[in-house]
Amino acid sequence: MSVAEPVAPPSAPAAPRRAPDEARGGGWFVRIAVLVIVILWLIPTVGVLITSFRPEALVNSTGWWTALAHPFRAAEWTFENYRLALDAGGLGNAFLNSLAVALPATVIPIAIAAFAAYAFSWMDFRGRYVMFIGVVALLVVPLQMALIPILRLYNNGATVGRLIVFPDLDLVGTFLGVWLAHTGFGLPLAVYLLRNYIGSLPSSIIESARIDGADHFTIFWRLIIPLSVPALAAFAIFQFLWVWNDLLVAYIFLGGTQQNRVLTIALANLVGSRGENWQLLTAAAFISMALPLVVFFALQKYFVRGLTAGAVKG
Amino acid sequence: MEEGRPGGIIVSILRLVGAVAIPIVGFLILWATFDFLRDADANRFLVVGVAIVVGVGGVFFLYWGMNRVVDFLSPRYREGVRPYVFVGPALVILAVFLIYPVLNTILVSFKDNRSESFVGLDNFRFVFTDPGMLRAIRNTFGWIVIVPLVGVSIGLAFATLADRLRRGEAIAKSMIFLPMAISFAGASITWRLIYNFRPQGFGSNIGLLNGVMLGLGQDPVRWLDFKPWNNLMLMVIMIWMQTGFAMVVLSAAIKSIPDEILEAARIDGASELQVFRRIIVPSILPTIAVVTTYMVINAMKVFDIVFVMGSPETRGTEVIAERMIDWFFINNHDGRGAAIAVILFIAIIPVMIVNIRRFREEEAIR
Repeated sequence: MSVAEPVAPPSAPAAPRRAPDEARGGGWFVRIAVLVIVILWLIPTVGVLITSFRPEALVNSTGWWTALAHPFRAAEWTFENYRLALDAGGLGNAFLNSLAVALPATVIPIAIAAFAAYAFSWMDFRGRYVMFIGVVALLVVPLQMALIPILRLYNNGATVGRLIVFPDLDLVGTFLGVWLAHTGFGLPLAVYLLRNYIGSLPSSIIESARIDGADHFTIFWRLIIPLSVPALAAFAIFQFLWVWNDLLVAYIFLGGTQQNRVLTIALANLVGSRGENWQLLTAAAFISMALPLVVFFALQKYFVRGLTAGAVKG
Repeated sequence: MEEGRPGGIIVSILRLVGAVAIPIVGFLILWATFDFLRDADANRFLVVGVAIVVGVGGVFFLYWGMNRVVDFLSPRYREGVRPYVFVGPALVILAVFLIYPVLNTILVSFKDNRSESFVGLDNFRFVFTDPGMLRAIRNTFGWIVIVPLVGVSIGLAFATLADRLRRGEAIAKSMIFLPMAISFAGASITWRLIYNFRPQGFGSNIGLLNGVMLGLGQDPVRWLDFKPWNNLMLMVIMIWMQTGFAMVVLSAAIKSIPDEILEAARIDGASELQVFRRIIVPSILPTIAVVTTYMVINAMKVFDIVFVMGSPETRGTEVIAERMIDWFFINNHDGRGAAIAVILFIAIIPVMIVNIRRFREEEAIR
C-alpha cells in the first residue's frame, strides 16, 4: 500500500485528506498512541522471527528479547534452524501439499460464484431473491457441523431407497475431496461478496450492451469479469489465506500422513512431538507464514477494498 | 409465472437439468482425471497444474457449453432456463456441502453413539448436564462478549487515531492487520512462546510474559493453567488476530464521512472527543454492527485456538465447537457431537436473522 502512495516532499504535504493541524491537539498523543499499539501488535511475530534465527543453546537459556541488546554479534545468529525444519521437519513436502490444496480450492469457488453472482444481480427469474437470501443464511452454518456428514458421504455415498444419490467415490485422502469441501464452504461468502460488487455496477452499461445485442454470456465474460477484478482478487486472497491456514478440513479429508499432510498439520505435529524445541518450532512457523505474508503484502490493497465493498454500504 | 402456460413442466425439467448438469459433468471430469493421477502416484506439481487447468478451464468451458445448449432450445423456453444454468451449480454444491449436512446432523443428534437407533432427547439432556459442556457454554459466552467488545474497541480507536496521522497510516494499519494472514497453528506457536513457563530449577524462563514478571521482581506464572484467567489468555490470541479486520473495515467507514460535517463541528467549537462521540460513532454505527456481528459469529465458532493450545479439559478452557470435535472424533460419540452442533447452530440463528434483516434494508436502499 505504501508503495502506491508516493511519499510527498516534507515541504509540500500532498494534500492530506483531512488537513491535520497541530492546533487540533493530539499531534504527539496520536503518534505515540498509534506507535504503542503497533509495537504491541508486532511483538508476538517479532519474537518468533528472532527466535527462529538464534542457535539452540541461546534460545533455551535466554529470552529472545536479549538478542536485541547486541544485534550485530555473529555468534547470536544462525540459519541452521530453517535447514533443520525443512529437512527433519518434513516441511518441504508439506509446503507443496499446501499449494496443491490451496490454489485449486481458491479458483474453483470463484469461477462458480461469479456465474451465480451475475445471475442474482442481472438475470430475471422467479425466486432469485429467496435463493439469494438462502445463500446469505448459509454464511452462518458452522463449518465443523458439516464435516461428519460429508465424511460419511465421501466414504459411503448416499442412497434414497435404492436410488444412488451420491455414489461412493472413495474421495477421502484425495486432493479432489478437499477442493470440493473448500469450494462448498467458501461459496456463500464468495457469492455474497461478488453479488454485492457485481450488483452495484451501473445498470446503464449492461443495458446498453443488451441493446447492442450481446447475450448474457457475452456480457458476463466481456464486461462483468473485467470490471469485477478488484472483487474477484479480494475474494481470491481471502479464500487463499483461509485455505492455506486451515487445519481442520485438510486433516479430516486429506489426513495427517507424512505424504499427504499440509503445512498446518506438519506444524501441529511438530508442536506435539517437539514442543520445547523452540528454535525448530519458530523456524517452522515462519516457513508457514512466509507465503501468506507475501500474498498479503503484495495484494492487500485489493483485499481491503474487497472486504470493505462487502461490508460497508455507502 | 409458467404454470398458466403449456409446457410449464418441460421448463421445470429443463431448469433442473440445467442446474445439475454442470456440477455432475464437471465433477466426473475432475474425478476421472484424478483417479488416473492417483494411481500414477503423480508428483505434486503435475497434480496442481492439471487441477488448475481442469478446475478453472473446465468449469468455464462447462458453463459455456451449457449456455450453447440453451441457445438450441426453442425461444419459448430459452430465457426461462438460462438463469438456472448460471445459478444452479452453486446451489447444487451448497445443497450437498452445507444444507444436507445440517439436516443430517439434526437427524443424528437424536440417535445413539454410532448413529444407529433413536434415543430421543438423551443427547440434548447430556449437552445441558455434562460439567464439561456447561463449562464450554460458559466459556463460549465469555468469548462472544469479550472478543468482539475488545476487538471492535481497539479497532475503532486505532482507525480513528491512524486517520489523523500525517503519514505512515497505511504502514501502521497493515501492521495491525498482519496477524490475519497467520494460521492458528502458527499463532499458537507464537503465543506459546509468549506464555511459556518453566518452574524453578528447570531452566530460565524464555517466555516474554514471565520475563516481564521476573523483571518486575515477581515469581513466574503458569499462565495457561491459571484458571479461570487462562480463558482470557486464549481470547487475547483471537483479539490479536481479528482486530485488524475490524480496524480496516471501520477505517473505511470513517473515511466515508464527509469532511464538511467534521469541519463544521470543529468550527462550532466541538472538542475532538465530542466529534468522535457525537459524529463519528453515530455515522458509522451500521458498520460497527456489521463488524461486531462478524466477530460474534467467529467467536461462537472458535475451535482452533483452544484445540491447538492444548488440554482444554484439564485447563477448563473448553468451548462449544471444541467439545463438538472432541465428541465426534476423540470420544467417537456421533449423537452427542451432533447434538452439540445443533445447539451451536440454534445459537447462531438469531445472528443469522439479524444478518438477513440488514441485507433486506440494504436492498431497500439500493
